[in-house]
Amino acid sequence: MTTESALELRGIHKQFGAVTAIERFDLDVAPGEIVALVGDNGAGKSTLVKIISGLYQPTDGEIRLSGEPVSFRDASDARAHGVEVVYQDLALVDQQPVYMNLFLGRELTKGPLRTLDRARMARETQDLVTELDVRIPSPHATLSDLSGGQRQGIAIARATHWARGLVLMDEPTAALGVAETAKVEETILRLKARGAAVLIVSHNLEQVFRVADRVTVLRRGTQVGTRRIDEVAKNDLVAMITGLAQ
Amino acid sequence: MTDASLTSSTSPVRRLLARPTTGAWVAAVVVLVFFSVQTDTFMTAAGAGVWLESASRFGIMAVAVALLMIGGEFDLSAGVMTGFTALWVGVCTTQYGLNVWVAVLLSLVVALAVGALNGVLVVRTGLPSFIITLGTFFVLQGVDLAVTKALTGEVAIQGMTKVPYYDSVQPIFGGSVEIGGGTFYVSILWWLAFTALASWVLLRTRAGNWIFAVGGDLPAARAVGVPIIKTKIGLFMLTAGAGWLVGMISLFRTSTVQANTGVGQEFIYIICAVVGGCLMTGGYGSAVGASLGALIYGMTFMGINAAQWDNNWLRTFLGAMLLGAVLINLWVRKQAEATR
Ligand SMILES: Nc1ncnc2c1ncn2[C@@H]1O[C@H](COP(=O)(O)OP(=O)(O)OP(=O)(O)O)[C@@H](O)[C@H]1O
Ligand SMILES: [Mg+2]
Repeated sequence: MTTESALELRGIHKQFGAVTAIERFDLDVAPGEIVALVGDNGAGKSTLVKIISGLYQPTDGEIRLSGEPVSFRDASDARAHGVEVVYQDLALVDQQPVYMNLFLGRELTKGPLRTLDRARMARETQDLVTELDVRIPSPHATLSDLSGGQRQGIAIARATHWARGLVLMDEPTAALGVAETAKVEETILRLKARGAAVLIVSHNLEQVFRVADRVTVLRRGTQVGTRRIDEVAKNDLVAMITGLAQ
Repeated sequence: MTDASLTSSTSPVRRLLARPTTGAWVAAVVVLVFFSVQTDTFMTAAGAGVWLESASRFGIMAVAVALLMIGGEFDLSAGVMTGFTALWVGVCTTQYGLNVWVAVLLSLVVALAVGALNGVLVVRTGLPSFIITLGTFFVLQGVDLAVTKALTGEVAIQGMTKVPYYDSVQPIFGGSVEIGGGTFYVSILWWLAFTALASWVLLRTRAGNWIFAVGGDLPAARAVGVPIIKTKIGLFMLTAGAGWLVGMISLFRTSTVQANTGVGQEFIYIICAVVGGCLMTGGYGSAVGASLGALIYGMTFMGINAAQWDNNWLRTFLGAMLLGAVLINLWVRKQAEATR
């Protein structure tokens, strides 16, 4: 392989006080590759996502982005390095309009006084949701007025809009219907085609087999293994997740 | 753009009701008309000068406290800060002979430092700002009383007017003009300017957007990289800075300051902000609304005197208005949710 990994994780360990959330985690994700992260509830998947996105700092271990060792103090740090995230809890502000949620922390401004360019943010939001087929009443709609699926659509649209190097998705289709899930999977494959590296957390094994190139398994904080998706059977994957022989 | 979809979901009446300032506008007009009809002095230039002066001092503070509340925090030391900064200037000039300009600037620096301390403690510990600023409140209150008493033997600073260059600072904070038999203080201009500026920041700038975000959903704001620490500390410093401005306004208007100045007024600021449509839970509110809340307070304060009622009713009225505002806010939100 000549291409550098978009993301390299080496010996990531995370401790919350006395609780060990992640024992040891290693992974490489290449540009244009989709890796699925699976495991039962409480396995440590979201914790890992938050470590890569700068929300948590690893207790031990190294993160490299395109070969460069990084250490994020906060989420804006990670964003500045081209890491985009769809959080499990979506990280949307209920009282704000859709367009503001898309641009929160990266608001567009205009003029010498750098005032908010609301019209342009709303316009770009409209273009984006049209492109991704997220059905919302209007970019001006207040977020709390949207359904769970619409909100998830907005969170995905946000990450897609800004995606450059690496996209992390924590159960991005958990609240979506069949058609919407298919749409999102299409979007993920398009990100891959654009050369983005994608790490997707999912409980839906069919989905993992549909979109992922490789899959890595966490069980109660311990990384059980990483497999190419065309070299693993569903039963084996279930066994790795649960720790029970099938 | 999609203007049709913008208006489709809600009726104009509901949208008007949902605006943070609607209730405050209605209440302000009602209070204005009521006291104008009820008393002879309220609607004269002299009367207007009185209620505008009081509204201006409370307005500056209410606007700052509103921004802080939108950002999800409270500052119980906001009231005592007005006395603390004024006493600082009074003590430095009358007791230590410090140049009055230097003393004024120094007190601003000290106020901002206390604000920053409040902010740092809140963001670093994650404790409720209610507790942290209750602590600063009592610390400052004690300092105010103890230092004033120790240095002057009294509970007030006297002799400000004899301080050199006093007259060069006085017009900036305490100046006034006579119009039609009424005295109008420069603090009214400070108030209007501060409200306009705060409103502009809140609605037109990225910082304003971050204030709404940190108050509306702190974890979400953190997750998308909003500079939450800067935003929160900045808000506490803004509130302390407003306390300084009002401290200077009081000091240079009356040329004296009591050791207990401002104590107890922090709750009035909060009431003004809530009456002006701010939600105690954060993420929602307006600067103009808070200013209207202060205007209502100023008018009621003057009106009750003009009507020669017992002054103690003012507090009862304020409490009732707070409850009314909170209940109306709650009702509007329930309505909005019911029609979703
Ligand atoms: N901030 C925290 N403080 C303490 N413990 C935490 C914290 N966040 C997570 N944990 C613990 O770490 C473990 C892993 O949690 P995590 O949220 O990463 O699981 P998950 O794999 O995402 O589960 P799910 O499938 O339910 O989303 C759990 O035992 C959880 O209680
Ligand atoms: Mg999770």
